Amino acid sequence: MLSLDLERVSSRNIEAIAIGASAGGIEALSVLLPVFPGDFAIPVFVVIHLPQDRPSLLVELFTSKCALRVREPDDKQDVSAGIWFASPGYHLMIDSDRRFALSVDEPVNYSRPSIDVLFQTAAEVYGRGLLGIVLTGANNDGAAGAKAIADNGGAIIVQDPDEAQAPTMPSAAISAVGSAIAAPLSRIANLLQHLKVGVTP
Amino acid sequence: MTSPIEIEIRLLLEAIYLRFHYDFRSYSMVSLKRRIGVALPPLGCSTVSALQEKILHDPQAFSELLQYLTVQVSEMFRDPTFYKTFREKIIPELKTYPSLKLWVAGCSTGEEVYSLAITLREEGLLDRTILYATDINPDALAKAEAGVYALDRLAAFSENHRQAGGSGSLSEYYTARYGNAVLDRSLRKNIVFSDHSLATDNVFAEVQVVTCRNVLIYFDRELQTRAFELFRNTLCRRGFLGLGSRETLQFSSHASAFTEVSRQDRWYQRC
Repeated sequence: MLSLDLERVSSRNIEAIAIGASAGGIEALSVLLPVFPGDFAIPVFVVIHLPQDRPSLLVELFTSKCALRVREPDDKQDVSAGIWFASPGYHLMIDSDRRFALSVDEPVNYSRPSIDVLFQTAAEVYGRGLLGIVLTGANNDGAAGAKAIADNGGAIIVQDPDEAQAPTMPSAAISAVGSAIAAPLSRIANLLQHLKVGVTP
Repeated sequence: MTSPIEIEIRLLLEAIYLRFHYDFRSYSMVSLKRRIGVALPPLGCSTVSALQEKILHDPQAFSELLQYLTVQVSEMFRDPTFYKTFREKIIPELKTYPSLKLWVAGCSTGEEVYSLAITLREEGLLDRTILYATDINPDALAKAEAGVYALDRLAAFSENHRQAGGSGSLSEYYTARYGNAVLDRSLRKNIVFSDHSLATDNVFAEVQVVTCRNVLIYFDRELQTRAFELFRNTLCRRGFLGLGSRETLQFSSHASAFTEVSRQDRWYQRC
């Protein structure tokens, strides 16, 4: 059973999902990302903060857990269905021609990749069709981006701060977005299974 | 429908091109939007239209804006495996040439060209190599030529150098002075620093190696293709091209003119 709020999200037509996570994020993503079936038809963008001086093992780690294909995009690659992780050291942006655009501009909220940068650029491209999800984290990245998604008509779901390993980030997103829906991971996972996905013509 | 801000940005870029001959018109719109957004408050403008007026009437304003539009902060030996592959796979082939030319396209403040120069010195090739280091930003070029970096960045540079397979210690190549690391002047004896635009300028030499890292990510696909054509025409047969770790030739019509030396480290070789 979904709550009424979550039901409202599941009745929307979703074209893309953008997820932000920081401290405790690997564990939270390990609950959510395996939920997507291998034929899930829309892109799922993920920014997670990691120490920058290590090579990324995200693709290997999540490929073993997920049915849906997991990749890190190259610059100017066309967006398509699948799970797309931002590469450590690069901001991940979505350009208006629905291609990935990367940058090594200054960190935002001390982070590169920054969740705000992904959320703000994706919000402009997908508008009402975007679902943003803010997970556990010990900083404020993602709050301004979540507001941009909501301002462009998209929906925001936030991991319940009481349950999150680090509550700061989900709390900041809830403060920034009046319409944000807070829910524990298990319910978010349940919602993702019931999403109506598709590309509006 | 084009959004008002995109219209303002396109008009600004046209004004910059007409007035200052810098061509940002084929830069990636989403990157430009962010960079211009960051530049607005310090330049005292609340809209992009106001910024356009300012750069047309205040002679100082454009050079300030240029810093926001172009400067990238890099590191020495950024992505150490890129330099390791250069040392292990490419240098052996370079050693067969009697003299060498390398081109660092978009050198910004110089971290990359000095990393290559140090690697070439360690491999005994620097004395017979000319390195061209080019950029469109005169302030960045001046910093590159000075070769002075804040000392607190050197620990990370040294660790990168070690991971890149550096034969000695990076401290052999700089002296610490007043909180700065001043690079050994002999490193830049063979470096030519020069203004060059990948958007508007052409081939100026035949070279064995081109590196252009995290510059093309700011271009749209069409301008990327122009740059790849330039690299293709400037490289000798079997010459090498090194890109940033998420940049690829794959989406350009020039992909077939190159083979992959290392997919992981984005080194390509001209056929």
